[in-house]
Amino acid sequence: MFDQSISTLAAQLRNKDISSVELTRYFLDRITKLDPQLNSYITLSEDVALKQAAHADTQIQNGNASLLTGIPIAHKDLFCTAGTLTTCGSKMLNNFVPPYESTVTSRLQNAGAVMLGKTNMDEFAMGSSNENSYYGAVKNPWNLDTVPGGSSGGSAAAVAAGLAIAATGTDTGGSIRQPASFCGITGLKPTYGRVSRFGMIAYASSLDQAGPMAKSAEDCAHLMQAMAGFDDKDSTSSETPNDDYLSNLNAPLSGLKIGLPKEYFGEGLDAGVADVIMAAVKEFENLGAEVKEISLPNLNLSIPSYYVIAPSEASSNLSRFDGVRFGHRCEDPKDLLDMYMRSRAEGFGQEVQKRIMVGTYALSEGYYDAYYLKAQKIRRLIKQDFTNALQEVDVIMGPVAPTTAFGLGSKTNDPVAMYLEDIYTLSVNLAGIPAMSIPAGFANKMPVGLQIMGNYFAEAKLLNVAHQYQQNTDWHRQTPDMAKGA
Amino acid sequence: MNWEVVIGLEIHTQLSTKSKLFSGAAVGFGAEPNTQTTLVDLGMPGALPVFNKEALRMAVMFGHAINAEIGMTSVFARKNYFYPDLPKGYQTSQMDHPIVGKGYLDVTLDDGTTSRVGITRAHLEEDAGKSLHEDFHGMTGIDLNRSSTPLLEIVSEPDIRSAKEAVAYVKMIHSIVTYLGICDGNMAEGSMRCDINLSLRPKGQKEYGTRTEIKNVNSFRFIEKAIYTEIERQSDILEDGGKIVQETRLYDPEKNETRSMRSKEDANDYRYFPCPDLLPIELTEAYVEEIRQTLPELPSQKAARFQSEYKLSEYDAHVLSSSRAMADYFETANKQVKDAKLTANWVMGELSKTLNQEQLEIAQSTVSAEAFGELLIRIKDNTINGKTAKDVFQAMWLGEGSADQIIDAKGLKQVTDTGAIESMIQTILDANQAQVEQYRAADEDKQKKMIGFFVGQVMKASQGKANPGIVNPILAKMLKG
Repeated sequence: MFDQSISTLAAQLRNKDISSVELTRYFLDRITKLDPQLNSYITLSEDVALKQAAHADTQIQNGNASLLTGIPIAHKDLFCTAGTLTTCGSKMLNNFVPPYESTVTSRLQNAGAVMLGKTNMDEFAMGSSNENSYYGAVKNPWNLDTVPGGSSGGSAAAVAAGLAIAATGTDTGGSIRQPASFCGITGLKPTYGRVSRFGMIAYASSLDQAGPMAKSAEDCAHLMQAMAGFDDKDSTSSETPNDDYLSNLNAPLSGLKIGLPKEYFGEGLDAGVADVIMAAVKEFENLGAEVKEISLPNLNLSIPSYYVIAPSEASSNLSRFDGVRFGHRCEDPKDLLDMYMRSRAEGFGQEVQKRIMVGTYALSEGYYDAYYLKAQKIRRLIKQDFTNALQEVDVIMGPVAPTTAFGLGSKTNDPVAMYLEDIYTLSVNLAGIPAMSIPAGFANKMPVGLQIMGNYFAEAKLLNVAHQYQQNTDWHRQTPDMAKGA
Repeated sequence: MNWEVVIGLEIHTQLSTKSKLFSGAAVGFGAEPNTQTTLVDLGMPGALPVFNKEALRMAVMFGHAINAEIGMTSVFARKNYFYPDLPKGYQTSQMDHPIVGKGYLDVTLDDGTTSRVGITRAHLEEDAGKSLHEDFHGMTGIDLNRSSTPLLEIVSEPDIRSAKEAVAYVKMIHSIVTYLGICDGNMAEGSMRCDINLSLRPKGQKEYGTRTEIKNVNSFRFIEKAIYTEIERQSDILEDGGKIVQETRLYDPEKNETRSMRSKEDANDYRYFPCPDLLPIELTEAYVEEIRQTLPELPSQKAARFQSEYKLSEYDAHVLSSSRAMADYFETANKQVKDAKLTANWVMGELSKTLNQEQLEIAQSTVSAEAFGELLIRIKDNTINGKTAKDVFQAMWLGEGSADQIIDAKGLKQVTDTGAIESMIQTILDANQAQVEQYRAADEDKQKKMIGFFVGQVMKASQGKANPGIVNPILAKMLKG
């Protein structure tokens, strides 16, 4: 049952084959039994879940149900959930129970989805391995000695292990796509501004974007129907009307123009990963797509540009965690400065402190032009690269990450190697375009994700392309052995 | 040495929007701490700012009023620093692209001279909260009601050369923002606060001297006194061959001195960068023009009109137009009185005097402009004389009724019945035979002086109610015999 699609479960709920309360209990049981191996949840919200499930059952009884009504999902622990602990993976917020609800979780709740709990993540969404969590590392369900990717590692692991039907994630530099790739699930990072950021604890405001993580493109589309759309509480949210993400899923792909950026297939790309990607591209050709090589010449500049812009914004966004009004405050501060310094030194983990310092430095007088302004110029070049390429092709494909999931602890002492993990994903955030990761096969016995990038607000197109692939392959239906153990 | 003072002012004007600059919380003074706040003002995680378009409209209005370039693309920037009453750890302000660019004001001093003060820019920013140090047993309380209240910071060029000019400039800004209805102008509640940048240089020297900045001065009087005090302090140092330290100072009105707050070395690096939570504000020509059309008559325009329409003196026109409330009061009253000179004299005289004594603004006058006009009509139609009118006004002020009610109740109506006046005069002449004889024996010059005695007697006998215009010719005639 844990590997069923949303539409199948929705039909079963409507037919009264099962109730939402039963379905929810089933998942809560699975989590209790299996999650100790994974650590994918920080908080299990059993009471909330059962209450919502009971409400969903009434809705179904009354015929007021949407497709998501009664479907148990999980939320990345940076979406503020009223009355439920929201930690952002940090000690800083280990006592933070927001009195308000994020737009994303509120919309999903209004659509009837049931919240099982809050998933583990890299602290303040800073990381590519989920090893930077105050609540412990998350394990990859495909191999418990490897990382699930990050920062939405908990969401990815939970969905892959059947500990939630779907989950929310956020993607600032690849934080939905890379863990989706490592855990063999489907993830969508929408266009910047498509999904509201209200109530989502900010890492880098100009890059952060929430999106769905699920077993299939179709399930992602169901979540997008509820999540996406203008929100007057987020000034950067787009007023462009939503597409219907479901109606276009079955459009044929004949004539689809796919661009393969040569920069995505160069040095550093694992040969096994490359083979999987090329096989997937071949499959698309079989479905009638045309493939051509393109160039995104400034790809190599995306890492330095990102690692200036994101920490700069983070250094400012995280200033509010000062021990004054909420979150961690040190014991017995001797004065104001002492309170600031100790509260923040104790509350933030190493990676977060590192990025705050990098960002503070980059914004400082005398360095601003050389770092921040320069990075913004590069950002415009990268955006231009995509705009140019997407005039020639409908979608761009390539790997999500240069490798499959790596061993726990294997890169923690090599930050540059860790940052290189994001080489294929960062530029999408800098440009603000949407992109997906879909399971495309295995290398080194671990899942490999294919990245599909599209034009601004082309989420429906991406979901269509992904869905057609998934109609003709079964990579997305693979289940790790540990998930079958309960 | 002969020093020239160079002054530039930064005026923080609180815009009178209903809600805050970036949240829907109400703006208000004096509410219970932390009751006028939303998630945004509290800096809660995940809370996002939403720009209040009303503040934009007000800023553009101000731009028009000072003949400024309007920033067609303006950008909010974050000014980063830690302070307990700054909940986000940054203030959202504007840096490189302010909403109002270069403009100017022509400032008229009391001696009638006019000088032009350049305005560098005016930008929108949010206010911080307040730290409360009393009643917390050594701890600090934080009140975030003021957090995210909209401010327009108006930055002048260093064009001001005296304390008087500085005050005249601030008064003019005060007058403009209240005219525009974009600020309540209440300085005691902090609706306008002024930072004074001041330096001295030897007269004739082109380069500026080292300046100090006096923070948060909040009354016209304190601005003037702070400037005098700081000029004295700086010139003492310079005369002794010392150097001015560039620093931020605080004016203490009780001791009438400025004190060092922090030196330049302690200054924060604010790490300004464009706020990624807010999109740049893009204006259209149509919007800017539409707002231009809504501008009310401004103080200088009103003063000019008062001179031409009501034939008032330049001084009277300037005083009456200095506040919109006073100008409106004058015009409303005069609509009935139709004697601008009389109305102007009474608004600037008795009314202003009473308001000053009671330390009230004209808007708080207990006598409405209409009621005031009714009183002046009774002077104009000779029902009462000016002296009686002052008493009637005081009674009106105390709420004893309308002018006519008080005149009736107290029987203050002037006696205009010539028969009654003649018999009253006859009684007085009979009782003062000696004085009458002296008068009749005197020459014309002396008579002019002596008649005052008889007028006084008549007024006394009539309890001030005899109309002098009628008394005088009858008295003169009867004294002749």
